[in-house]
Amino acid sequence: MSTTPESSELLSSTSGPSEHGGSGAGSATPLLSLRGISKNFGAVQAIQGVNLDIAPGKVTALIGDNGAGKSVLIKTISGIWEPSGGHMYWKGEEIHVHTPRNAAALGIATVYQDLALCDNLDIVQNMYLGREETKFSMLDEIKMELATNQLLRDLSVSTVKSVRQIVASLSGGQRQAIAVARAVMHDSQLVIMDEPTAALGVTQTAQVLQLIRTLAARGITVLVISHNLNDVFSVADNIAVMHLGTLCSSGPASNYDTASAVELITTGHSSRVASTLLPSS
Amino acid sequence: MLPVLVGLLILVIYFQVRNAAFLSSGNLVNLFVQSTIYILLGMAEIWLLLLGEIDLSIGITSVLGGAVAVILVDQQFHWSWFFALPLSVLVVTGIGALYGLIVVRLKVPSFIVTLAGYMTFQGVLIYLVDSQGTGGTITVHEKVLYDLVYGDVTPVWTWILIIAGVAFMGYRMIKFDLNRRSSGLVTDPLAFVLVKVALFAVAGVILALIFNTNRGSFIPLRGMPFAIPIDIGVLSFGTFILTKTKAGRYIYAIGGNSEAVRRAGVRVDRYRLLAFCLTGLTGGIGGLLYVSNLNGVNDGPPSTLTLYAIAAAVIGGTSLFGGRGKMIHAVVGGIIIASIYNGMALLSMSASTQYIVTGVVLLAAVTIDAVARRSNANN
Ligand SMILES: Nc1ncnc2c1ncn2[C@@H]1O[C@H](COP(=O)(O)OP(=O)(O)O)[C@@H](O)[C@H]1O
Ligand SMILES: [Mg+2]
Repeated sequence: MSTTPESSELLSSTSGPSEHGGSGAGSATPLLSLRGISKNFGAVQAIQGVNLDIAPGKVTALIGDNGAGKSVLIKTISGIWEPSGGHMYWKGEEIHVHTPRNAAALGIATVYQDLALCDNLDIVQNMYLGREETKFSMLDEIKMELATNQLLRDLSVSTVKSVRQIVASLSGGQRQAIAVARAVMHDSQLVIMDEPTAALGVTQTAQVLQLIRTLAARGITVLVISHNLNDVFSVADNIAVMHLGTLCSSGPASNYDTASAVELITTGHSSRVASTLLPSS
Repeated sequence: MLPVLVGLLILVIYFQVRNAAFLSSGNLVNLFVQSTIYILLGMAEIWLLLLGEIDLSIGITSVLGGAVAVILVDQQFHWSWFFALPLSVLVVTGIGALYGLIVVRLKVPSFIVTLAGYMTFQGVLIYLVDSQGTGGTITVHEKVLYDLVYGDVTPVWTWILIIAGVAFMGYRMIKFDLNRRSSGLVTDPLAFVLVKVALFAVAGVILALIFNTNRGSFIPLRGMPFAIPIDIGVLSFGTFILTKTKAGRYIYAIGGNSEAVRRAGVRVDRYRLLAFCLTGLTGGIGGLLYVSNLNGVNDGPPSTLTLYAIAAAVIGGTSLFGGRGKMIHAVVGGIIIASIYNGMALLSMSASTQYIVTGVVLLAAVTIDAVARRSNANN
């Protein structure tokens, strides 16, 4: 396997994340580095030996076939469960994420495929779930409502009528937008989204992609899982491909085209893309 | 809640037409006192119903708490009510905590844990009462415990309490509206809020007049029974926790989607445990009013009290599936159940008819609610 360092800024720290700040162009320390991450459920090896660097301030798309292990990977990053093996580095420092609280404390916010919203609560209540503003230990509803209105305006989410309507009454795209807005609230540095457009129509998909671009423009790092290669090529700076539980290729989006991406997704390798596997340190 | 209130109105009109004594002040006060136990136990149940959990034993554990109070203040121990009553409430709270720990830590469904509790504590209650050697019945002699239901606030204090309550609520409602307005948030028109406050005041005045009308037959009897401010106190406490605190927010959220709450970094189990304790706390207070009303406790534990508690909550509009409900629902449901009980007794109808009617009302309330919600969802 021939590595072509100039082709990938993700390859900057070739000797592993512990020796960050190395030489070469685009050598910014990755925001998050995974080395040899694996996760098994009993005898089922869901993911194994995943090496991935996520560049700060960029949109990284994680693609792969159904069951490739994308959701398992991001749930491991988010502290839903602990990895069975491997190491994680946040800005070059090794971290151990045991619970969603740990991940949130680092600035990792995740929008799950199932969105994890409470249908019986309104938009404001969902936005602030788990980090409510209080005054004299009573909920400060006015502060939360004002901030929610402001954030939705900033993110150009203009379709919801009132932030006091319950989430059960929202459309799929609106729910997705609320889940994303919730994730970026409170200084999240890395926003992870699992198939944000899978259940959406054309217009709503366009809205969510626009939202991802808005996040990136605000300097937030995004890791987005998608099935839809059109979506991927329209928003991603970097691409990572998973195949049968392993990470088989990663690099700048410009290294890939639809044909090579499809080949990687289905077979795990492509003669048309220079192999850009990271060393497992 | 509107269909339920219409239902209550229909019941009231029916009973009043059949027997003019129904809306007499004496009978209304009686009805309010009768509804107290359903209201308090209904509120106890709502803490858990909001989580999607249930307590099938509250009618037994609350009475067990009441029995502890009776025994402690009875001639055998002569404890001061000041220690005995809180301790008995603590006992029921402790049982709630025990249920909570088993449900949360061992992941046994609350349905089963509290069913087991129902049987166990029924046995404990019978044993406790029989072991006093008073022939299976213990009578309340202690004045404070007796007065919880049979004592009244003086007419002057009735006015003071009701005016203070209405003024406080009115102030809160208007201030809420003005605060939102000054922050540039959407509000109801101020006139609408003022009308609500005015209606509230009218209701307060009517209640005060009812309480202060002489309802005694030989000696004059006036004023609000202590049970009413106790109800209102517990209602206010519960409503405050549910609407103004993080704990309340999480109780609703867990009932809606507990996994989402967990992922939001909330210690879900802590709040589930809290709700079990609050059920016990509220039920414990209900148990005191129960033994006060019964003027004691006996070794024939009430078999239907739990079911009435759940019915009160559900008739009022609280969902059995979690995430939807309010403390006030137990008040509405409790009054409806007591109205049926009270009205049927006035009309000399049999217990069998009373059970049947309550059952039909419960089914009707839940059905109307389900249909209304489905048509809302379709819009
Ligand atoms: N909680 C779980 N328990 C057991 N196996 C799981 C679990 N979650 C995922 N898996 C398995 O891990 C593999 C990867 O799944 P997933 O990450 O959901 O795929 P996708 O790439 O489509 O998101 C699948 O074979 C799936 O069956
Ligand atoms: Mg998936």
